[in-house]
Amino acid sequence: MRIATVQSLKVAAKKARSERESIKTEVLVCAGTGCLANGSLAVVESLERSICSRKLTAELKLGLKTTGCHGFCEKGPLVVIQPKGIFYKGVKPKDVKEIIEKTLISGEVIERLLYRDPNTKERIEEYTEIPFYSRQLRIALRNIGKIDPGSIDDYIAVGGYAGLATALTEMTPEEVIDSITKSGLRGRGGGGFPAGRKWKTCRNAPAETRYVLCNADEGDPGAFMDRSICEGDPHAVIEGMVIGAWAVGANSGSIYVREEYPLAVKHLQLAIDQAREKGFLGDDILGSGFSYDVHIARGGGAFVCGESSALMKSVAGEVGEPRAKYIHSVIRGLHDQPTVLNNVETWANVPWIINEGAEKFATLGTGKSTGTKAFSLVGKVKNTGLVEVPMGITLREIIFEIGGGIIGDRPFKAVQTGGPSGGCLPEDKLDLPVDFDTLTEAGSMMGSGGMIVMDDRTCMVDTARYFLEFLVDESCGKCIPCREGVHQLHCILEDICAGEGQPGDIEKIESLSDVIVSASLCALGKSAPNPILSTLRYFRNEYEAHINDGKCAAGVCRNLFSFEISEEACVGCGLCIKACPVDSILGEKKEVHRINGKTCTRCGACRNICAVDAIKVV
Amino acid sequence: MTKTCVDPKKARKILDRYPSGDGTSLIHALQDIQAEFGYVPCEAAELLCEHLSVPISKAFSAATFYKAFSLEPKGDVVIRVCTGTACHIRGAQTLVDELCSILNVAPGKTTKDLKFTLETVNCVGACAMAPVVSLNGEYHGNVQPGTMSKKIRGGK
Ligand SMILES: Cc1cc2nc3c(=O)[nH]c(=O)nc-3n(C[C@H](O)[C@H](O)[C@H](O)COP(=O)(O)O)c2cc1C
Ligand code: FES
Repeated sequence: MRIATVQSLKVAAKKARSERESIKTEVLVCAGTGCLANGSLAVVESLERSICSRKLTAELKLGLKTTGCHGFCEKGPLVVIQPKGIFYKGVKPKDVKEIIEKTLISGEVIERLLYRDPNTKERIEEYTEIPFYSRQLRIALRNIGKIDPGSIDDYIAVGGYAGLATALTEMTPEEVIDSITKSGLRGRGGGGFPAGRKWKTCRNAPAETRYVLCNADEGDPGAFMDRSICEGDPHAVIEGMVIGAWAVGANSGSIYVREEYPLAVKHLQLAIDQAREKGFLGDDILGSGFSYDVHIARGGGAFVCGESSALMKSVAGEVGEPRAKYIHSVIRGLHDQPTVLNNVETWANVPWIINEGAEKFATLGTGKSTGTKAFSLVGKVKNTGLVEVPMGITLREIIFEIGGGIIGDRPFKAVQTGGPSGGCLPEDKLDLPVDFDTLTEAGSMMGSGGMIVMDDRTCMVDTARYFLEFLVDESCGKCIPCREGVHQLHCILEDICAGEGQPGDIEKIESLSDVIVSASLCALGKSAPNPILSTLRYFRNEYEAHINDGKCAAGVCRNLFSFEISEEACVGCGLCIKACPVDSILGEKKEVHRINGKTCTRCGACRNICAVDAIKVV
Repeated sequence: MTKTCVDPKKARKILDRYPSGDGTSLIHALQDIQAEFGYVPCEAAELLCEHLSVPISKAFSAATFYKAFSLEPKGDVVIRVCTGTACHIRGAQTLVDELCSILNVAPGKTTKDLKFTLETVNCVGACAMAPVVSLNGEYHGNVQPGTMSKKIRGGK
């Protein structure tokens, strides 16, 4: 039913809240992509069946919900039981019976399913006490894991669309812009441009039509914050966009979503339909006379389409090639009209700022980087997943306290932020505060929030080669410095990784990079050399070892090393023999094993599996 | 573009969703065609361009620019190896190499018998389980070298 006034929104919120409160025990099952892949759907089905067949819903006032990503993807499928906050990890359908009988009916905790702190070895009952969660501060991800993303009532129950009501009835568009400016909110999509300033420029640009768009292209390979927000709390994005549209005076817009994110598309579309039905989208929103509607534009799997001018072309149904930006897209954007484009996470912050106040947001974080930032913490870190932390926290806190340190307690080597346009920072930068300006100064960048942790088994030259390969693939080909230059850089790196590097290669890389940075048309090209330049800055010795000594100490570049089994360390357990896909390891049980260097493909399966670290790179 | 038999009725049904002569629907319509046929057949693209009054070169340009489009039919089993950053540093390249040699095709290609297509993708959002391989959309996490052949041989 349509919610036509602010008053009826308040009534609806009260009703939705009391419905939520009537539920005494709530079982929340994560159905984010990570947990789905781990089989959480089977857990939900099994729970549904048992709960229905035993008529527990009425008896125990039990609620079952599938939610968006809880963030702790490493340990999925995750089940949280509220109000106590009991956190079960790695739940299988066969555990369901026990969960129902012990926890739901008798109120007991099942030890086996609890999270165990790898350092203290203690089992932790409540999820707020797990270090992975306790150090986080969730604003953009505030509702994810707590609400059913498919239910607008659930969103309204937790205060959804109240920010929109405030903006439309108690604030002028200028006041909204002022508030966003005061909050210090900067774009979360990579550039970090102040959102308030962008909105103001758009509002002041003379035009009949303006557009408000959302960038959900999330091109950074290894990042999934935006996806989790779209999947887990789509209404937050929509509410933010309507507030933004009111502020700049736009009546329509789009959300540009990656084609590879089918679940995000589905949840966003459902949310849009529900918001239209309730009247939060469409004409005369909440009786204010203001109209705004939004459509989904599916991306086609091109990284460059995340760039603003390319994105707008793609939304307009053309091939997404960027243009030179003598005139910015806030002035001349979609269909040549003034357009505000913000990132998913930026939009998700907006309702919170209106609800809680710009001052409160501005006190979080550091001077020029206020609020929080979501990161996808991945790579060789123990607790992989999605985290949101206040700006200004150090890299060390994120990686070692929230992330729990490096897998297998191996030595830390580098952390990569900023995706293909970003860079790698070494150990001595770990105490830097994470904010837009500090990371840029250090030669990396905040980017959209991918944070990839690397250990001593990651080769930095190969990492640079990897990003360049990605960029060669994704360069649209419109300008020559990027199309040809990045390709040449990639060729040089391929040679170095193949053991065919030449003295002078490093200098060639540096001068070529200079040209690409200054002469490319869009930010894809301009930032393409970053992965090489930052690794050269901090790990030049690795490049030199590859070129001059023909050695890859990390054991990645296959022409530049071989594996050997250490006689002292090997216990003859046979694990590596089983793991080897080409039967190149020989040896009797309890005797030292040997690798046949002639047939070994250096795939590393033995090294991954060895429990005593006996496989050495030589 | 590969010539194959395409059910013109199915293609027509997609075209009817878009007003004739409106070139701005090109990409949306191509996405629908891709979804219906699993690739963009030449005949369907020709019909579409006629319908929208755009030159076929435009359809070709869009279909080669965006990764979501394929101009060749796909195999029964589409194997996607994630080569996003998280998967890369946990050994995705080894898996790609291994699959290339098992199937005897390059990434992006389909085996002659149309049984398997090998593709690489950038991050499927399950980085916590890296390296990730999906078989017809079903995810397999923490895949170790040497285990792929068993997984796909079920179907070979
Ligand atoms: C090559 C390239 C790719 C980009 N990809 C994305 C992306 O995937 N998601 C995103 O939000 N911004 C991306 N951006 C940044 C956008 O151009 C734009 O700055 C951003 O969407 C603005 O929103 P924000 O101010 O809220 O961050 C990309 C930029 C470039 C140059
Ligand atoms: S990098 Fe492979 S799933 Fe994210």
